[in-house]
Amino acid sequence: MPVISVRNLRKTYVVGDIQVHALRGVDLDVEAGEFLSVTGPSGSGKSTFMHILGCLDRPTSGQYVLDGQDVSMMSRDALAKVRNHRIGFVFQGFNLLSRTSAIENVELPLLYSRDHIRGADRHARARAALEIVGLLDRSHHHPNQLSGGQQQRVAIARALINNPSILLADEPTGNLDTRTSVEVMDVFQRLNIERGITILLITHEHDIAQYGTRTVAFRDGHIVSDAPNTQRRWAEVEMAALPPLDPSNGGTTNQAAAG
Amino acid sequence: MMRLLMILRVALKALNRNKMRTALTMLGMIIGVAAVIAMIALGKGAQASIEDQIRSAGTNIINVMAGNFMAMGVRQGSGASNTLTPEDAAAIRNQIPTAQYVAAGVSTRNQIIAGHQNWQTRIQGTDVDLPLMRSWPMKYGLFFTPQDVTTAAKVVVLGAVVSTNLFGEETDPTGQIVRIKNQPFKVIGVLASKGAGTGFEDQDDTAMVPYTTAQKKLMGIQHIQNVTISASSAHEVKATAEAIAQLLRTRHKIMDGNNDDFMVRTMEEMAAMRTETTKTMTALLAGIAGVSLLVGGIGIMNIMLVSVTERTREIGLRMAIGARGSDVLTQFLVEAVVLSLFGGSIGIALGFGISWGVTEFLTWPTTISSEAVLLSFGFSAIIGIFFGFYPATKAAKLDPIEALRFE
Ligand SMILES: Nc1ncnc2c1ncn2[C@@H]1O[C@H](COP(=O)(O)OP(=O)(O)O)[C@@H](O)[C@H]1O
Ligand SMILES: [Mg+2]
Repeated sequence: MPVISVRNLRKTYVVGDIQVHALRGVDLDVEAGEFLSVTGPSGSGKSTFMHILGCLDRPTSGQYVLDGQDVSMMSRDALAKVRNHRIGFVFQGFNLLSRTSAIENVELPLLYSRDHIRGADRHARARAALEIVGLLDRSHHHPNQLSGGQQQRVAIARALINNPSILLADEPTGNLDTRTSVEVMDVFQRLNIERGITILLITHEHDIAQYGTRTVAFRDGHIVSDAPNTQRRWAEVEMAALPPLDPSNGGTTNQAAAG
Repeated sequence: MMRLLMILRVALKALNRNKMRTALTMLGMIIGVAAVIAMIALGKGAQASIEDQIRSAGTNIINVMAGNFMAMGVRQGSGASNTLTPEDAAAIRNQIPTAQYVAAGVSTRNQIIAGHQNWQTRIQGTDVDLPLMRSWPMKYGLFFTPQDVTTAAKVVVLGAVVSTNLFGEETDPTGQIVRIKNQPFKVIGVLASKGAGTGFEDQDDTAMVPYTTAQKKLMGIQHIQNVTISASSAHEVKATAEAIAQLLRTRHKIMDGNNDDFMVRTMEEMAAMRTETTKTMTALLAGIAGVSLLVGGIGIMNIMLVSVTERTREIGLRMAIGARGSDVLTQFLVEAVVLSLFGGSIGIALGFGISWGVTEFLTWPTTISSEAVLLSFGFSAIIGIFFGFYPATKAAKLDPIEALRFE
């Protein structure tokens, strides 16, 4: 059974008198353990699609079944619970709270967990998540003391804190340089292979798409191609080949985050 | 509980982030609450001092005032009628056995001059019974005698404040000559201090002359303005007052159903009247102060609205990672309540300070009541919830994606 199953998904925005058809009937199945790259030109509906998959938005029509449960018409609170427990979301702009340490940023979703988690446990889990992304030594740094790559890895750790089975990422390397992008893609590949987390990752760069197992392409709100990646890239291999810089530091500091 | 503690931490952090703004917002609450506390303290203090004054004046006392401002039709001020006479006072003394002490009285304000010093004060024309019924001892010299009253002697007994202001502290002025309305008066005594304590009317700021002297030499009138009577015991007060009223009605030939041209009030009734007035004043002042509290609340609402707008992206993110609308609502409500309660607490402290200062430097009596403190504290919380609710609902209703996209 696919973890994500989408049928005839449509999203229409109404801006004044104009109707913008962002999604015009999308069908897609994603199996557990897949690493799906979503590509397509700007404005083709990728983000709209991903927001619906991430339960951040609701479709105008169509069906979205997540883990065998229809979530397309769930209540706001029920969607919040799905976002908290079952899905991790990584944004292009990191969206870390400023003036808040990395570890506190990572702990944030636990604040809204429906289970009561004690302070010590929250801390332990946040440390574990930071360790996965290799930033345990930076846990008390604030976002403005971290590079763009590091900030994105903190954001990934935050997405991981509730052990989601699915990780959604909307152009996570969009604000990063090549070298840092490889580092971040390494994190995604390891999460996919070592932990079996299903990953859907938007990118408009063909290169980045090659890190996944399969690529779908959007155009004008439709999926126009869907094929497995034959020449998959491996970030770990590429990183070893790169000339060593500062091993823990990745790239330039980028756009500040929300908060 | 745990959860609330965490939310409280988030709120404190958010408020800490913008210290200046937080402080200014709280200032509105601080001023409002401090004003309410101080006003209530002043009002309560005045009330207490009136009760004190009554107690020190003696509870057996009955006052007869010329004129009747309670009468319908013609509105005369108290003392405006000239139908009350020294003979009425004599009749009360002679015909009512329970009237232990009786003193006819008039009163005027005049300047008293002694050498280069002068002092404006209330000059009471009264009778020899007054210090007896009010248990008012002398500090220096003696009170005037029945003979002084009969002859309208130009003698004066000074209150402690007047004596101090004209002759200095700890100086015995008996035998000195002072001038009132350009006439020489001989100082024959000084009354012991009753202590200020009253705030509005210092009992020691007075000078007493025989009422006959005041009538003829200072005011040029034949009638008197009031009669002060002391009943022989506390149980006799009511009956005595009634008997006095009957006697005066007969003497003034007032028919049944017609309005009296005088008023008889026991000390208790006067106390009740003045307490009532003070209560109204207190409520009025507290109401005005309450308006500033309201303004403080609007300040909180304003700043919370700004905060919600500024933190739209943060709200969007919190929702994206699982915060429900109710979580966001609680967070902003707690922030508003923390603001108002914190401001309220400081305001209460400041209110205490102001009340202390007013008593210390202006010598007005104040009484801080626990009700006022609880009321202000509760009011602060309610204001936080009330004025925080709209901004918090606004935040809670945000759509996560739109909020995240907000610039
Ligand atoms: N909130 C919105 N209101 C109106 N139109 C929108 C909104 N979000 C996206 N769109 C429109 O929907 C289309 C798809 O946008 P999007 O999903 O962001 O594309 P992509 O991520 O592939 O660049 C675009 O034409 C865009 O202008
Ligand atoms: Mg996009």
